Amino acid sequence: MDLLEINFAVLVASLIVASTPLVLAALGELVVEKSGVLNLGVEGMMIIGAVSGFIVGVETGSAYIGMIAAAIAGALLSLLFAFIVLIMQANQVASGLALTIFGLGLAALMGHPYTGIKSPQIQTISIPFLSDLPIIGQMFFQHDLIVYLSLIAVFGVWYFLSRMRLGLVLRAVGEDHDVAHSLGYRVISIRFLAITFGGAMAGVGGGYLSLVRVPQWTEGMTAGAGWIALALVVFSGWRPGRLLIGAYIFGGITILQLNLQAIGVNINIAILSMAPYLATILALVLISSSGLHGTRGAPGCLGKSFVKTV
Amino acid sequence: MIQLIPRENVSPVLSLLGPLFSIGFTMLIGGILFYFLGVDPFAAIKMIFWDPLMSETFSTYSIPQIFIKGAPLILIALGLSVGFKANIWNIGAEGQYIMGAIFGASFALSLYPLESAFIFPLMVFIGIAGGCLWSLIPAILKIRFNVNEILVSLMLVYVAEQILALASLGFLRNPDGAGFPGSRNLSQYPSASNSELILGTGIHLGVVLSLFMIVFFYILFFRHSLGFKIKLLGSSPKAYSFSGQNPNKLIFICLTLSGGLAGLAGIMEVAGPAGQINIDFNVGYGFTAIIVAFLGRLNPIGILFAGLVMALTYVGGELTQFMLNLPAAAIQLFQGMLLFFLLSFDLFVYYKIRLRGN
Repeated sequence: MDLLEINFAVLVASLIVASTPLVLAALGELVVEKSGVLNLGVEGMMIIGAVSGFIVGVETGSAYIGMIAAAIAGALLSLLFAFIVLIMQANQVASGLALTIFGLGLAALMGHPYTGIKSPQIQTISIPFLSDLPIIGQMFFQHDLIVYLSLIAVFGVWYFLSRMRLGLVLRAVGEDHDVAHSLGYRVISIRFLAITFGGAMAGVGGGYLSLVRVPQWTEGMTAGAGWIALALVVFSGWRPGRLLIGAYIFGGITILQLNLQAIGVNINIAILSMAPYLATILALVLISSSGLHGTRGAPGCLGKSFVKTV
Repeated sequence: MIQLIPRENVSPVLSLLGPLFSIGFTMLIGGILFYFLGVDPFAAIKMIFWDPLMSETFSTYSIPQIFIKGAPLILIALGLSVGFKANIWNIGAEGQYIMGAIFGASFALSLYPLESAFIFPLMVFIGIAGGCLWSLIPAILKIRFNVNEILVSLMLVYVAEQILALASLGFLRNPDGAGFPGSRNLSQYPSASNSELILGTGIHLGVVLSLFMIVFFYILFFRHSLGFKIKLLGSSPKAYSFSGQNPNKLIFICLTLSGGLAGLAGIMEVAGPAGQINIDFNVGYGFTAIIVAFLGRLNPIGILFAGLVMALTYVGGELTQFMLNLPAAAIQLFQGMLLFFLLSFDLFVYYKIRLRGN
């Protein structure tokens, strides 16, 4: 065993790759929750994205087309959730669970013939000049398009929520839907859009998992990533910047754990594999108990059904 | 314009019709799905819902199987329903089920080959304690630090699965097992075996206990003040606090109760039908029980029927896997769909729908 065998630059680069599905899915869920809806179906939407992206990627030979298909599939599944929750007024917690159970079943069924196939390659884009920098270039500037897009999306969501009018309306709907409704904002339509965005983002996150991160299809391959994304939203205090940091810390733990397994550290693999889940619990405890921000960022109407009365 | 008007009293007829309609719709949409998978929809639906009960070739085996598979579902769902009523969401019953089995089996196997009448009851007790302990983690974190119990209980499922792997490959591995994963078979250890009560059927103590628990929970919900408190906390947390009650106490009760029952289901399963601790010991009863709880409308009698229906889909699903070569995931898909329909139908139970002109 030699800890020096772990190359730091490679470690950071693979950390970013490992975190990207979480960044994407959690960012989508952040917007959904800001609009006042709690969608616990992230895991289900991610795995549908993973399987659809993989199938389309293999059939077309293009990972990019696969990613687009993953987004569409995630969005379609989220529409089902949106209909049940917004139109049929169903309990959001239970409907989210149903979405996850349904998604896992459907994905296993769809992916059955595609087990064990290799996915098409996605090319890395080296950013001119920056990628030539020693160490830092290898860490941050030799990634694929989706990684860069995920970073742009973090900035985009921050800008949308804090600097744009529509973002303000979305937050108002999440904070108090009755007031937003009486001001003339269309609560249901805005939530529909937010949920669809969340579904597309979770779908892409899943697609990234099956097309780039792993890259292959295995049943149940998301292995709780969707739930971790949900935890990240809480951890971030509903702030995109903090969400990115949280996802990278989390990805770091996962990658470190995998590297320790690879170099044959004298710790049982099962115990190392628990690390990401235990880290999530620990992070939730720290964030909920510290007076720093706690749940102050939580939207006022999170998880509540909106019934139009007037 | 369509307008929703909340009903003053929940319609009992619609409340009963909901699950029936949902099952019907699931059959319909499932049939269409089977058609697209290239499977004869009528044969598949018949095989899932009819053949396990009525077919001469399968029913002698299937009917007891429905009770055997229904027992853990009913036990877990009963526990979950208490929390769900109070808006306390333990969705990690799968993990508590695993831990119950590991705790109980570890105790029994540590005494192997000692024979004593005390081993079985102690093993069951320790199994329940194992499930309680695992649900105590989200309970304490929720009460002490206000951590979301949904996420913690779910994360602990993945941790429990790793402990299960650790147990079957490591500390519980059968020393006479030629290096294969998995513990000693408890059915070959008379003092710890949850043996069948009716010869040849496989019906075991867990089935009897699940029926007994239905009565217990019925009394708890409808004849005991705790049932009222649970309902109150669920429908109005503020009113609950104003009445001088401490919600933390109820959070503690709800989570440990559901964890204990999941642990009981786990120890009954490992000492009975499963026989041993192994990597693939858990088959998702903890998650399916969530659907059972809702399908049974969080009512003990309802849960009895819902558990049996869901067990029927498990048994029927196995038949279709075996006879029609359908993948196991198709059943999971069915179960998810069923929950969707059920939750959607609630609209008609809780609201009146009125059409009016603008």
